Amino acid sequence: MRQTRTIEISTGLFIILGFASLFFLATQTTNIRAYSDTSGYTVTASFTNVGGLKVRAPVTMAGVDVGRVTEIHLDPRTFSAIVSIQISQRFNQIPDDSSASILTSGLLGEQYIGISPGGSETFLKNRSKIQITQSAIILENLIGQFLFNKASSGSK
Amino acid sequence: MPGDMAMMTEVNKVNDNVVEISGLKYRVGNKAIFDRLKISILRGKITAIMGPSGTGKTTLLRIMTGQVLPDRGRVMVEGKNVARLATDELYELRTQMGFLFQNGALFTDSTVYENVAFPLREHTHLPESLIRHIVLMKLQAVGLRGAADMMPTELSGGMARRVALARAIVLDPKIIFYDEPFTGLDPISMGVIVRLIRTLNDSLGLTSIVVSHDVEEVSAVSDHSYLISDGKVVAYGTPEELGRNKSAWVRQFMKGLADGPVPFHYPAPDYASQLLGEEPA
Amino acid sequence: MRFLLHEIYYIALDFLQGMGASFLFLLRLLSYTPKALLRWRIVWLQIYSVGAMSLVLIMVSGLFIGMVMALESYHVLVKFAATAALGTGVALSILRELGPVVTALLFAGRAGTALTSEIGLMRATEQLAGMEMMAVNPIRRIVVPRFIAGAVSVPLLTMIFCAVAILGGYYVGVDLMGVDQSAFWSQMRVNVDLVDDVLKSVVIKSIVFGGAISLIAVYEGYYSLPTAEGVSQATTRTVVNSSLAVLALDYLLTALMFHGV
Repeated sequence: MRQTRTIEISTGLFIILGFASLFFLATQTTNIRAYSDTSGYTVTASFTNVGGLKVRAPVTMAGVDVGRVTEIHLDPRTFSAIVSIQISQRFNQIPDDSSASILTSGLLGEQYIGISPGGSETFLKNRSKIQITQSAIILENLIGQFLFNKASSGSK
Repeated sequence: MPGDMAMMTEVNKVNDNVVEISGLKYRVGNKAIFDRLKISILRGKITAIMGPSGTGKTTLLRIMTGQVLPDRGRVMVEGKNVARLATDELYELRTQMGFLFQNGALFTDSTVYENVAFPLREHTHLPESLIRHIVLMKLQAVGLRGAADMMPTELSGGMARRVALARAIVLDPKIIFYDEPFTGLDPISMGVIVRLIRTLNDSLGLTSIVVSHDVEEVSAVSDHSYLISDGKVVAYGTPEELGRNKSAWVRQFMKGLADGPVPFHYPAPDYASQLLGEEPA
Repeated sequence: MRFLLHEIYYIALDFLQGMGASFLFLLRLLSYTPKALLRWRIVWLQIYSVGAMSLVLIMVSGLFIGMVMALESYHVLVKFAATAALGTGVALSILRELGPVVTALLFAGRAGTALTSEIGLMRATEQLAGMEMMAVNPIRRIVVPRFIAGAVSVPLLTMIFCAVAILGGYYVGVDLMGVDQSAFWSQMRVNVDLVDDVLKSVVIKSIVFGGAISLIAVYEGYYSLPTAEGVSQATTRTVVNSSLAVLALDYLLTALMFHGV
């Protein structure tokens, strides 16, 4: 009967290993954070270029996750991109003159929105609009700029 | 005569039939295995069913136990028509039957003890200690209590059959079926099985049905025998009566003669013609 | 020509008959399942012999497949300076296709054949008939636990396979080939969807595959001819039919769940 006990324990370990793998896959390889925390308020920000920003990309402040990109539209009048951000209800004291920038995680990682706080005494709430924005850095523009600078410095 | 009728009913009550088969018909393909077969098995006795190989003796056992359904006929076991029972009722009936397969049919992945304990574990909620008592008791009855921890693959043919017998009686059945119990055993093992069939039948009050073609062993152990051929009962009686039977066929079978009503040669075209190439093979 | 049509006709009939018979068998197994789960010890033992014993095979295979996927993808991506997408590529190919399908095929070969031959041999040595005579339903006692064990083990094995494969890909991509670590994971996280790629692909596909393989394996074993050739043929049929079923179901599920034919 001792043999049965070893068998039962091994099987238990097998099953636990299976679920641990599922847990690993679900949390470490997917955009699981996009599915949690559905309560919050929505603010918008407009950018001239969103670059590689995707819906469900994270929104951070000082590196801390505060919300998610929920929608990205094109404004038919100004031809700039309107990004809707859902911010978690916990962070309801963000000054309404804060700025939003599109940043890249690491060197070539995913793009996300970083919010830098302003100094206003009034806070962002539902339907607020972030006025100050910084668009994504487009590699081609950067290269073009670099070459232009190089050319102009070369002719001095 | 009224007196006779009363006595007949008395006799019927005392020697009632555990198994009653009437009008049994069963075909496989084009061949009729049984043709209006009629058999009665008396309670408390050892009844043998004999016949040449291929007459369907094993099939008959399977029909009696509900493993095979006949085409026609009544198969009454303990008053119930086996061919018509629902699965639950059939299983219920089977708990009162023991069946000894030709090769024992032991579970090869369990020990002898586990094999014998199996029916107890499946059908009762007895505590382990009580199961142990019963298993050892049954193994003792067949003389294999010392082999309790062996695996079936370690057993000889005779021992495997005895373990299967212990397993077949572990739930104290009322009827026990033996399918060719003597085949392939050495003389000593055969003697052991013969003795066991007799002692178990008498000490446990069983009804035993033995299918075999070993005339000598059957004659030593059975109270009555049926001789079956071509799907019909050819003879019936005690071993002595069969030994005195006048029919040429019965004599050939009981004495083991090579040629007689059952010819030595399987039907074939004329020998000379075939050798000389006139008839196809 | 006529002969060929005749052959095809009979093959088609056989196929339909097999499908129908195994489906009916499945219904029978499912009806016995709730009671069989009560005797969980028997099921547990089967999960051990069918699942836990396949663990080494699955993990080693997963590791190699993950590593080779990373290696192959790297050599393609490096030409487009897109090695940041390595994590995504490895993860998506493993989670969507290679994980469920390869695990299922390996399982069919290793455990499916074991199930078929075990049940087939029990049939051939009259152990199943013996059980019937002891008033124990062999389908309840022998077949259903093995079916449940297979259907439960395949999803678990698939999840382990995928996890190990992705880690193997990480090792090759980041440790050996020098892809940026955070790019590997963060790009993967953006492009791999929890519902689509993990829940639907891995979990649902593997449950369906596990059920199909287990059904075929126990069915072939139970209805095999009680001879040596019978069992051997049944075992072969299990591998062939399970493999084809898995591949066909894979296409079917992918089309239904994602791309619409």
